[in-house]
Amino acid sequence: MESFALKRIAAVASHLTPTAPPPQQQQALSMEATASAAAASVFDHLEQAPEDPILGITVAYNKDPHPGKVNLGVGAYRTEEGKPLILNVVRRAEERLLADRSKNKEYLPITGLADFNKRSAMLILGSDSPAVVEKRLVTAQCLSGTGSLRVGAEFLARHYGVKLVFLPTPTWGNHFKVFMNAGLAVKTYRYYDNKTRGLDYEGMLEDIGAAPSGSVILLHACAHNPTGVDPTPQQWEGIRQAIRNRGHLPFFDSAYQGFASGSLDKDALAVRTFVADGGECFIAQSFAKNMGLYGERVGALSIVSKSSGVATRVESQLKLVIRPMYSNPPIHGASIVALVLGDGDLFSEWTVELKGMADRIISMRHKLYDALRARGTPGDWTHILKQIGMFSFTGLNKEQVQFMTREYRIYMTLDGRISMAGLSLKTVPLLADAIHAAVTGAKA
Amino acid sequence: MSTAAAPASSVPAGARSGWWEAVQPAARDPILGVTEAFLADSDPKKVNVGVGAYRNDEGKPVVLECVRKAEQIIAGKQNMEYLPMGGLVKFNDLSVKLAYGDTAPVLEEKRVAAVQTLSGTGACRLFADFQKRFKPDSRIYIPVPTWANHHNIWRDARVEAHTFRYYKPSTRGLDFEGLMEDLKKAPEGSFVLLHACAHNPTGVDPTADQWKEMSQLFKSNRLFPFFDMAYQGFASGDTVRDAQAIRIFMEDGHQLACAQSFAKNMGLYGQRVGCLSVVCDNSQQAVNVKSQLQQIARPMYSNPPLHGAQIVTTVLSDPELKEQWYKEVKVMADRIIGMREALKSNLEKLGSSLPWKHITEQIGMFCYSGLTEDQVDRLTKEFHIYMTRNGRISMAGVTTGNVEYLANAIHEVTK
Repeated sequence: MESFALKRIAAVASHLTPTAPPPQQQQALSMEATASAAAASVFDHLEQAPEDPILGITVAYNKDPHPGKVNLGVGAYRTEEGKPLILNVVRRAEERLLADRSKNKEYLPITGLADFNKRSAMLILGSDSPAVVEKRLVTAQCLSGTGSLRVGAEFLARHYGVKLVFLPTPTWGNHFKVFMNAGLAVKTYRYYDNKTRGLDYEGMLEDIGAAPSGSVILLHACAHNPTGVDPTPQQWEGIRQAIRNRGHLPFFDSAYQGFASGSLDKDALAVRTFVADGGECFIAQSFAKNMGLYGERVGALSIVSKSSGVATRVESQLKLVIRPMYSNPPIHGASIVALVLGDGDLFSEWTVELKGMADRIISMRHKLYDALRARGTPGDWTHILKQIGMFSFTGLNKEQVQFMTREYRIYMTLDGRISMAGLSLKTVPLLADAIHAAVTGAKA
Repeated sequence: MSTAAAPASSVPAGARSGWWEAVQPAARDPILGVTEAFLADSDPKKVNVGVGAYRNDEGKPVVLECVRKAEQIIAGKQNMEYLPMGGLVKFNDLSVKLAYGDTAPVLEEKRVAAVQTLSGTGACRLFADFQKRFKPDSRIYIPVPTWANHHNIWRDARVEAHTFRYYKPSTRGLDFEGLMEDLKKAPEGSFVLLHACAHNPTGVDPTADQWKEMSQLFKSNRLFPFFDMAYQGFASGDTVRDAQAIRIFMEDGHQLACAQSFAKNMGLYGQRVGCLSVVCDNSQQAVNVKSQLQQIARPMYSNPPLHGAQIVTTVLSDPELKEQWYKEVKVMADRIIGMREALKSNLEKLGSSLPWKHITEQIGMFCYSGLTEDQVDRLTKEFHIYMTRNGRISMAGVTTGNVEYLANAIHEVTK
């Protein structure tokens, strides 16, 4: 007992010694830490992870004290005043939820809110979709687009024969880790053509044709991130045939439905064409942008399969992926979406607000283009008009971007992507000046 | 657009055959499947003592008043922007204060890496993935029995799992000798999963002295304590008392980790609010660890959900709301303790010859009744009483309205 007491006293005493030294070299630190009774942490060998390339931009922007700074980094919609926007329909839906004292906060089922799942699927597929009508569809509520992709990827890693996914070049940075952490091998297919700043259609078809039969092909349903370059309807048809001919599995990432063209149906065209041919596919939906629900993490994974019997088994296996990840999804955001999608008035109003956001972005594209033309900035800038959705792939290189950040306080990702949603009438001239200076003055 | 079927020739026969024919139907989740079956039962006398969600004496789910007030405060004010990958910073700060104490030295020295997670499950999974990534050859030791999903979590994280004895069926209490024996055999550098309070499913917790002995063993054998704390405040009614195991280990200088859930103690189940914290050597290491945890979260869900974290932050940072919360959590804990006493006295009144003192000795939401699988099946078939087949009774589902019926039924199948 006595040595027990001495040990306890020693432990307490170790807390009375001066606090840990200021941050220094890793090695020196670990030696000092073992001086006391406690051994060094088992995680002593860790290094600090690099900032996320996209989210890190906002971190850097927030640190900048300069008043004229502009954040064109992360893809979150901003109003003309540069403020985040909560949609009117979302506010109204929230008020209704709040006022309903009968609503509780019980666990959702593992695959989420049934009403939300049903309506989400109908939104992307169309209510008359054969997959819906024939009940060949499984939908699970997931943590926004990321979560839907990850759950789908984990399912594929366990149950699909070809553990290989092809991503377009370029693509949203996080796609790589999502699929890799799920246990799939990742390769790429040609997508963006640097020279035309448009789609490398031939290259894309070639690479799809060369991929091992049955590969998973990730497709951006609309408003490709980061380029804003989408296939035309004719090109989508060619892509569909190439994919089906090789027996590939298409996996759609739909993060901008309604947000790209302003029309929900138009933005769902590619997905619906694939489903209409009777083949199978995966769809990851996000309501982050089109309902402005970013932080509430609302999304859905839909798996279109060949028969309804398969659908039931697939759903049971999806649950096994989800349960050890987070048990069941968060209720708040999904309740809002279910309300909006299920109420005629709210739905109509939502389509109007959605078109408003899309239109503002399109008008910013025109303003930026006009401003560059007015300055006589060298180069062809029509791609800014042709690209669609939240982002524009300017074609600026890393050095030019760093110059713009340094000299003009323009915060954007190093690949030259700008979030058009972050622009306003006030900031367009500043951006145009910065681009002009970068293109004419900065190192090539 | 029209969804008329495309010409059949556009999809070659090979591509039309489904990819999922070989997918087997998965087994139903043993816990959540119970509620599914209960809901499907139309018998008016049916009782659900399956899933661990609190019910009031009318058998209804409860939204705490402090939570309702917090929601009113939040409504209309916030934007819904993405949280950082590690979640709401203020939420993390308040969570770890609750777990470790407001003035805990590790907090003042900024030695704790904390990230907001998808409730307790998400916290455990994030830690399991982190353990696999940075200590790939290490093992996790899991008590027998435990919440079933613990095994799934560490399995999916591909961490080698072992078990240690915990529950002693003959006493319906803790098998302390077995526990110490098994953990002594664990190789140095092993991680050990501990339920901080209100062990799920048994309700059997170590005493303070037993925790202290365990703490010494962990130190001498270099074992890493990972606490799953899902019931702080909910077990005894006192948040400080329920965290005593963690405080004991902290005093002994352990660098531990803790998964916190606000599902039960704030009734926020479906909002998925939790926190994972890892105690480090120093503040720089805490920064490193947090950054690495974020790297795991990013390809899983990018950033955690906002609403629930805002509720918790509002409640814990407002002194009045916090006081109200303390009171409400004590009401829940007291009701459960009262039901334990009622169930035990009912069984004794019925003249049951079996020992039932474990009902009041166990703590928290669950009672490990000692019923066999056959007895449980009879309870369901003959009496429409639903519980998990390991004999675990969710005391939160017991009310003054059904406790006699429940006692009768248990007596019937055990006499």
